[in-house]
Amino acid sequence: MGNKQTTFTDEQLEAYQDCTFFTRKEVLRLHGRFRELAPHLVPLDYTNNPDIRVPLTLIVSMPELKENPFRDRIVETFSEDRQGNLSFNDFVDMFSALCETSPRELKTIYAFKIYDYNRDNFICKEDLTKTLNKLTKGELTPEEVTLVCDKAIEEADLDGDSKLSFSDFENMISKAPDFLSNFHIRI
Amino acid sequence: MPPKRKDNVVIKVEDVGMDVDAVIDSGSEEEARRRAKNRRVRPQRKAKRVSDDEEDEDEEDEEPRRKGRKKKAKPRDSDEEEEEDSRSVKSKSSRASRRKAAKEESEEESEDDRQKKKKRGKGVSKQEKEEQNKEKKGQVKGKEGKDKGGEKDRKKKSGKFSSSSSSDSDSDDQSLSEGEIEALKEQVEEKKKQIATLRNKPWRIKRRLVILKEAQDFVEKYEGALGKGKGKRLYAFKVMMAKKWIKFKRDFENFKTACIPWERKIKDVESHFGSSVASYFIFLRWMYGLNLVLFGFMFGLVIVPELLMGLPYGSIPRKIVPRAEQDTAMDFSVLFDFRGYCKYSFLFYGYYNSERTIGVLQFKLPLSYLLVGVGIFGYSLMVVIRTMARNSNEGGDGAEEGEFTFSWKMFTSWDYLIGNPETADNKYASITTSFKESIVDEQESQKDENIHLRRFLRVLANFLILCSLGGSGFLIYFVVKRSQEFSNMENEDLSWLEKNEVELVMSLLGLVCPPLFETIAELEDYHPRVALKWQLGRIFALFLGNLYTFLFALFDEVTAKLESEKAIKNATEWALNQYIANYSSHYNTTNVPPQNVDPADTLRGPCWETAVGIEFVKLIVSDMQVTYLSILIGDFIRAVLVRYLNYCWCWDLEAGFPSYGEFDISGNVLGLIFNQGMIWMGAFYCPGLVGLNVLRLLVSMYYQCWAVMCCNVPHERVFKASGSNNFYMGLLLLVLFLSLLPVVYTIMTLSPSFDCGPFSGQEKMYDVVMETIDKDLPSFIGNIFVYATNPGLIMPAVLLMVLAIYYLNAVSKGYQQANLDLKKKMKMARDEEKNRRNNKDSTNQVMKDLEDLLPDKSLIPPPTEEEPPPPDVVIEKGSKSPKIKPGAAGKGVKLQKDVSLAATNPRAPVNRAPGPRRAPPGNARGPQPGPGRGRGRGGPPRQ
Repeated sequence: MGNKQTTFTDEQLEAYQDCTFFTRKEVLRLHGRFRELAPHLVPLDYTNNPDIRVPLTLIVSMPELKENPFRDRIVETFSEDRQGNLSFNDFVDMFSALCETSPRELKTIYAFKIYDYNRDNFICKEDLTKTLNKLTKGELTPEEVTLVCDKAIEEADLDGDSKLSFSDFENMISKAPDFLSNFHIRI
Repeated sequence: MPPKRKDNVVIKVEDVGMDVDAVIDSGSEEEARRRAKNRRVRPQRKAKRVSDDEEDEDEEDEEPRRKGRKKKAKPRDSDEEEEEDSRSVKSKSSRASRRKAAKEESEEESEDDRQKKKKRGKGVSKQEKEEQNKEKKGQVKGKEGKDKGGEKDRKKKSGKFSSSSSSDSDSDDQSLSEGEIEALKEQVEEKKKQIATLRNKPWRIKRRLVILKEAQDFVEKYEGALGKGKGKRLYAFKVMMAKKWIKFKRDFENFKTACIPWERKIKDVESHFGSSVASYFIFLRWMYGLNLVLFGFMFGLVIVPELLMGLPYGSIPRKIVPRAEQDTAMDFSVLFDFRGYCKYSFLFYGYYNSERTIGVLQFKLPLSYLLVGVGIFGYSLMVVIRTMARNSNEGGDGAEEGEFTFSWKMFTSWDYLIGNPETADNKYASITTSFKESIVDEQESQKDENIHLRRFLRVLANFLILCSLGGSGFLIYFVVKRSQEFSNMENEDLSWLEKNEVELVMSLLGLVCPPLFETIAELEDYHPRVALKWQLGRIFALFLGNLYTFLFALFDEVTAKLESEKAIKNATEWALNQYIANYSSHYNTTNVPPQNVDPADTLRGPCWETAVGIEFVKLIVSDMQVTYLSILIGDFIRAVLVRYLNYCWCWDLEAGFPSYGEFDISGNVLGLIFNQGMIWMGAFYCPGLVGLNVLRLLVSMYYQCWAVMCCNVPHERVFKASGSNNFYMGLLLLVLFLSLLPVVYTIMTLSPSFDCGPFSGQEKMYDVVMETIDKDLPSFIGNIFVYATNPGLIMPAVLLMVLAIYYLNAVSKGYQQANLDLKKKMKMARDEEKNRRNNKDSTNQVMKDLEDLLPDKSLIPPPTEEEPPPPDVVIEKGSKSPKIKPGAAGKGVKLQKDVSLAATNPRAPVNRAPGPRRAPPGNARGPQPGPGRGRGRGGPPRQ
């Protein structure tokens, strides 16, 4: 974890604590984890806000994400350049949004982004199919996949455009009993 | 709203108005400059008051909504917020709205579209505000205030500066008045809240950092001023305490969740067998928690005081094994039957002394015994009902069961916490299973049936099951009667089988009947979920019948014991009198010393309470044995045989006949429930029973977890018994009530044994309470008690309760109706929307009918031909950019009006066509067409 004085200034740490759901210790630990991913890339000293990005392939190798079927999407969603390269800020942001204390509203927004594969601000049938195939490792037959996707859209689509807008999604998720407990990564 | 605004703009007071507003509301705008300026502006305030009021009204409209949203967005801050609310609800929200509006604007420009979309709900009001602000600024600065990002804020400030030439320097020089300090505090508070909410915003972290910095700069400026206030320390203390409290609460929550045991075990089971099997284990865990609490009561208030402060073993007759039994009292076979030392130990009712108070603490053991005995029921009732209530709330806010089955499965079933490849594989498997399950469910519901044959089979099945129920009841009655005969015979003459006949038969019935029922239920061919319910109901009836037959037989025994006890009581009294008479005549004195007999030799009654307690303990133990043995043999041995004999067998054992066992959810759950019922019933007569049950549940947890993981296979088709645990809970509640009855009956009617237990010497058990009231409490409380138990008072109370129930029932029905209506409306709006999209006539059946009836139907087609373009346009745009989407939503809302119109006028579908087209122009009112449309989302309906 290193010496906190040399990694971040107090001011930076305070700012992180205000902008995320993490405590000082956790931010430092996150930095440690971040540095672990690419020791040659990430400097110990972050006081001057170096603009360093760690590529997606390294991020998804974290044990927290390794088994997640949506790992690539999660990282892409939080990366500023949309390519999956994460700066430390993005990295902290990602785990902050996914941590236990972050509110349902915030999680809903990010969940929507994660499941929206083609980034058209709608979860359409393609997105659903992709999600489903990742969830079941492709073990459902194509007919079953189609059936499930149709059903899902039928259930949640309120305005009848055959795709889920954010408000459809929000409405559906807000009633889900175990969204909060499942959409959560402990770092 | 806009018109009013326009007026304001025209008379050119808005800038002033806004500032004055801040003062009236004990302004919480975060900028010192503004406040400073206010002071200068104050003289004008009165003159402009009217317009201010108008503004306030506008803002008040939006206040509740906004507040609600905010609260939701950051529940963690609610404490802080409430504190503030009490001071200036209004000012805060109005301020906040403006502040937000400004932010919103900058955000919308710098952020991508998705975030905009999220704000759609609250968008309109803010947008309008924002536009107002802009207009004002436009007036003041004479330029269009459309700039980017953070610059916006700065521009705003500079605008202020230009309008009022005074600035910070002014305000800093002046000494602050009380009111201003108050205002200052609020501003700081506001600021802090903003900082606190920052983390809840879905912005890129860079942006958040920038905003944070700005906000912090404000605070710094202010806190210097705050230092001059008198209440600074108190204020700081309060803030600190609030923070600490929040932190403590969070830690406590973490601690609580960390204390829940077996989370991993259950997760393992869940990933292998699906949620239904896991629900049994969750129920088992819940039961364990409940029993731990009950055990705590029993142990802490009854057993420990008696052991610590009561007389030791052997001091009085009831606490020692009788001389005749002492030789065999330590034999294992005797102890195993809970006789010998076990019978005369703290485990059973008879051991407890009837002394009113014990020990230096004057602990009233008999009273405590009675209260704990009854309190166990009270507590269990409370917990069960509370859990049921919570479960029913958990169903989500109005979401019907199964409304979102597939979407929930799709979006919320992956557990992001999983980091272990094996678990992940299990999760994949369980998710796949659950999808298949739902698909089967879906198809199942659409299947057609051959009704006549099925009906016949169902009647036949029910007849068979009724027969077996009656048979089992008779068998138990027969066996219990026989055991009473046996009990009159000498102990040595009886074989082990004869001694334990009752328990064995009951356990075996419990073991054999459920599979029998299941086989019979095959005839019925219900949907698996329905079948499961029937099965549960039947097993429930079986267990209940058995239990109650057992109880009735037991009551016969108790009355017999009471008879013999009377005789023994007379005999002892006679012996005592004889002794006194002898003694006094012999020594010629009236001062008779107590009889010097060893406690073990005293003549004593049968103590029916202990006998009942022993019956229950034996029942529980034999139940335990049978359950565990059946798991061992029926699951484990079978699994081993199937696994290893399969190598050298003539058919495939794994796929064919014996196969591996499946976990029998319904049987296990009911077994658990009835076990608990017996605990409740027996706990009064055998305080140690609860402890025994805690042990049993603990063992069950590990044993069954192991068994299910190592020798069972997942069900081919898994269905949940019901949406929630409430089904089980309902059964539990029923059993609780049924086990309450006999206990209360015995407490209220039967007289306790004269020589054993805490109530010996009393006429009735509850006399202990009366005695305490008479002797230990002031007399007026006794009077109150007498009045309170007066039938004249109880009757009206009961009446009142009945009325209350009636009233609440009516109210809940009303709510249900309202709910239904709303749902219907939503569905209608949805149908209309779909209909519009699909470019068809109304899907509303009534409207369709009406259209059919119309004579001039030929007039309709031309307009409908015109209809296509709008939807197409909308869809096209919608797929390209999200901005158009809001417009569509606006239409969706507006639709409702149309729908209501349409109901009266069947031709409405025709007239509706221009509707959607009209919407965008209406929204284009904003200064910029592009974003303006986005903002106008919710606009139409609210005007």
